[in-house]
Amino acid sequence: MAQAYSPGLTITGSIVLRKDRILPLKGDVLVKKGDQVKAEDLVAETLLPGKVVPFNLANKLGVTANILKDYLRVKEGDILKKGQTMAETRGFLGMFKTVVKSPIEGEVENISSITGQMLLREPRIPVQIKAFMDGLVVDIIENEGVIIENKSAYIQGIFGVGGETTGEIMMIAEAPDEIVTTQKINESCRGKVIVLGSLVTYDVIKKAIQSGVAAIISGGIDDHDLKVLLGYNIGVAITGHEDIGITIIVTEGFGEIKMAEKTYALLKRFNGHRTSVHGKTQIRAGVMRPEIIIPLEFKKEDLTVAESKMSLLEIGTTIRVIRQPNFGIIGKVTGLPEKLVPVESETLVRVLEAELENGEKVIIPRANVEVIEE
Amino acid sequence: MSDAQTLRRIVATDCGSTTTKSILIEYIDGEYRQTVRGEAPTTVEKPLNDVTKGVINAVTELEELVHLKYNDPSIKLLKDGKINITSDDNGVNAYVSTSSAGGGLQMMVTGVVAKMTGESAERAALGAGAIVMDLIASNDKRANYEKIERIRQLRPDMILMAGGVDGGTTKHVVEMAELVAAADPKPRLGSSYKLPIIYAGNNKAVDVIKETLAEKVDLIITENLRPTLEEENLGPARDKIHDLFMEHVMAQAPGYNDLMSWTVGPINGKMQNIPIMPTPAAVGNIMQTIARRNDIEVLGVDIGGATTDIFSVFTKDFIFNRTVSANLGMSYSISNVLATAGLENIIRWVPFKIDESNLRNMIKNKMIRPTTIPQQLEELVLEQAIAKEALKYAFIQHIEFAASLKGSQRKREIADAFSQSVSGETIVNMMSLDLLVGSGGVLSHAPRRNQSAMMLIDAFLPEGITRLAVDSIFMMPQLGVLAEISEQAATEVFEKDCLIYLGTCVAPVGKIKPGKTALTAKIELPDGETYEEELLFGELKLIPLGVGETARATLKPGRGLDLGEGKNQEIITDLHGGVVGLILDTRGRQPFSLPSSAQERIPLLKKWMRELQAYPESILE
Repeated sequence: MAQAYSPGLTITGSIVLRKDRILPLKGDVLVKKGDQVKAEDLVAETLLPGKVVPFNLANKLGVTANILKDYLRVKEGDILKKGQTMAETRGFLGMFKTVVKSPIEGEVENISSITGQMLLREPRIPVQIKAFMDGLVVDIIENEGVIIENKSAYIQGIFGVGGETTGEIMMIAEAPDEIVTTQKINESCRGKVIVLGSLVTYDVIKKAIQSGVAAIISGGIDDHDLKVLLGYNIGVAITGHEDIGITIIVTEGFGEIKMAEKTYALLKRFNGHRTSVHGKTQIRAGVMRPEIIIPLEFKKEDLTVAESKMSLLEIGTTIRVIRQPNFGIIGKVTGLPEKLVPVESETLVRVLEAELENGEKVIIPRANVEVIEE
Repeated sequence: MSDAQTLRRIVATDCGSTTTKSILIEYIDGEYRQTVRGEAPTTVEKPLNDVTKGVINAVTELEELVHLKYNDPSIKLLKDGKINITSDDNGVNAYVSTSSAGGGLQMMVTGVVAKMTGESAERAALGAGAIVMDLIASNDKRANYEKIERIRQLRPDMILMAGGVDGGTTKHVVEMAELVAAADPKPRLGSSYKLPIIYAGNNKAVDVIKETLAEKVDLIITENLRPTLEEENLGPARDKIHDLFMEHVMAQAPGYNDLMSWTVGPINGKMQNIPIMPTPAAVGNIMQTIARRNDIEVLGVDIGGATTDIFSVFTKDFIFNRTVSANLGMSYSISNVLATAGLENIIRWVPFKIDESNLRNMIKNKMIRPTTIPQQLEELVLEQAIAKEALKYAFIQHIEFAASLKGSQRKREIADAFSQSVSGETIVNMMSLDLLVGSGGVLSHAPRRNQSAMMLIDAFLPEGITRLAVDSIFMMPQLGVLAEISEQAATEVFEKDCLIYLGTCVAPVGKIKPGKTALTAKIELPDGETYEEELLFGELKLIPLGVGETARATLKPGRGLDLGEGKNQEIITDLHGGVVGLILDTRGRQPFSLPSSAQERIPLLKKWMRELQAYPESILE
């Protein structure tokens, strides 16, 4: 087999991106097809149904469920004020009445004559969706959201925490293998997306949060630091919802790992440019990786989304090793033997032969490399 | 028409969350054999968003291998970007598939009493191959508003509602329906269709349930899965789950509409569509077949990247149970094994000192790059240590779940008064267990089979006499679905190519002091050689006995210990061999413990691993 498929992360100076910006429930779309939008612009909004408050009315009233309807002062769909009477018993000569008042402001959702349970719903909660990236509204999904396209320099990270944010790229590390110290983080970093080298330490994250940094991009992070930062151990990689006051994007992995030259160089090229980033990571059921989006100038006719394809492993393909030994090192494929080959762990695997950037010739399981698109 | 006339070449695939595995089954010299296998990354997610791409890649690999094997390039397993189904010998006569990609089948179940109807509903969902995201019951201690919030957040593929025995009180099950209606739950994949809800509760409540739910959801009514407290009737609910899995879940996943049209095979001589089966349901099929055919108790485990499934068939009534530990696995969920077990429990299985920070980072790197494999020996040892803990925790969950029906009233006989058995007690009995089968990457693809045996023994701690096996290339799912078109092909391949017997473990149970004799064994091998062993407490001994061979054994447990026939009782029996052999294990059962200090523990681990030939000497020096 002269070629094989291999997954890889996208790192490119120019790509046409297409993003769905969809409401969690149906609502109103605020822009129209053909509009130019900025990352901060609102594109859709809706009202999420309020929290449901179950209320055992029959119990409160001291009657059985089947005769509840005789005492009701409200019906399903009624708007309620807090303290409004919902039901009352007649009492005796106008005395000894039991009056039940609404505990909330909201709406009567349901009254059951079987269980005696009443369901009240709190007022609706507004939800707004921003464009997140500068671009062109190319399509509207009626009542649901929009599709935005642009041309961008684009980097996928491997792992991240924290949600969507925007800011100017600010290079802090002078080389992709630098370990930046807290001295380099100061007030000038406020609102910026800062680029570090091979490791972001807990102290640097703390200092960055204090300095109002919008996001950090780093080659590696230590798992222990992440645990201390979040206050828990990440069990399953579904992230992006953390409320830690900063977004962190890791481009290579856990531990101290030099940022890929290509990633570092690309970020450096766009030093000072505005970028939209998020740390959302989901490694199964709808793979999602953190993204760094740097919008470029474009004309409408540039926007042709290329068909997705899997990266090909061929002789001459540039690869990066993604597991020990040689984790993080770049090389070129020199051979793709068909037969299964035992590696040090005695595992029989399909391998590739490669020459690493330091000149070393190695045999690596194909599963342990990713393709770097040229 | 016999199967052999219409079915000469079959392709079967299993689309897992990480990898799509393909096998080729051929009718050769009067029997069905599995001949070649292939695999490729599953492509149900971005960037390809089409499961058929991964299937094509995995079958392309099969095609290349079959060309090499027969030196015959005229065999075409694929044609026009599809499986090449033909009636002649140039293509494939049938194609079947299982799937757990895209997170498998995710369900929420409800019941009235969590330990009774709730648990029955959970059993039905698990048996049908689902992951149960949550069990919500009237008595589960959460406030109603919390239950509503939870139902709304979950976004399952479907909900199974149980509650109440037939003709009993309807109030609680209706209340649960009201909560579900209030939450107005949406299905996981897309909002273009209504969420399917199966109602399998008290038949007296059906009309009110319809009134409460029919407008908001796609309501399907079936027979009560717990018609009386003493009886479970899970079949109808399971069948409905399978139907809905095909109609709703599969049809929504990218590429599955095409894949569903590809899976065809002859039934009674006519080509028909063969539904794609959820992977765990297929494994359950084949496990139950083994237990019944051989009249044995079986425990099976499938440890995957994201989840660990345990299947068991216990008691003389062949009671089947399945549990899914949704967040215990070797890649996507590996970090959760660390969070569940704790670092010290993983390190206790490692025969060398390791920097904790490196281990933590290694685990996280495996999580974010789940398809990588350990190239270095040290990383292999670490992954296998993690596997032992994942298996152990999944098994603990299974023991708790696989219990007799709770809440049932039994007539107690005199004998019961002494046995102290109560309703709700686990039916998992490691002493009476006959066969322990491991599958899933870390067990099936371990470079040495001795490592698989070690992982199974350390994690499950089999008691008395237990045979051990692994599914060689994890083809149980494919065989489970293959049985739908040809039981002959499925069972022939199962017996000849699927299970690899590792050997037999002999482990006395009970408390004993160090330095005392735990087992005296006389083992006569078929070639006449005899081993006479006296093992002190805390030892492990490997005696070679090959596949298909049996040895006559006289086994006497140490004072106060039991091998299955009672304390101090000698057993004379035949022991079966395997690729590893006979393993005499006197390290203790009930309790089994490892020294807490590394200085004491590491030399012991090395001694056992060396005896078991689990790893190359280089790592045990």
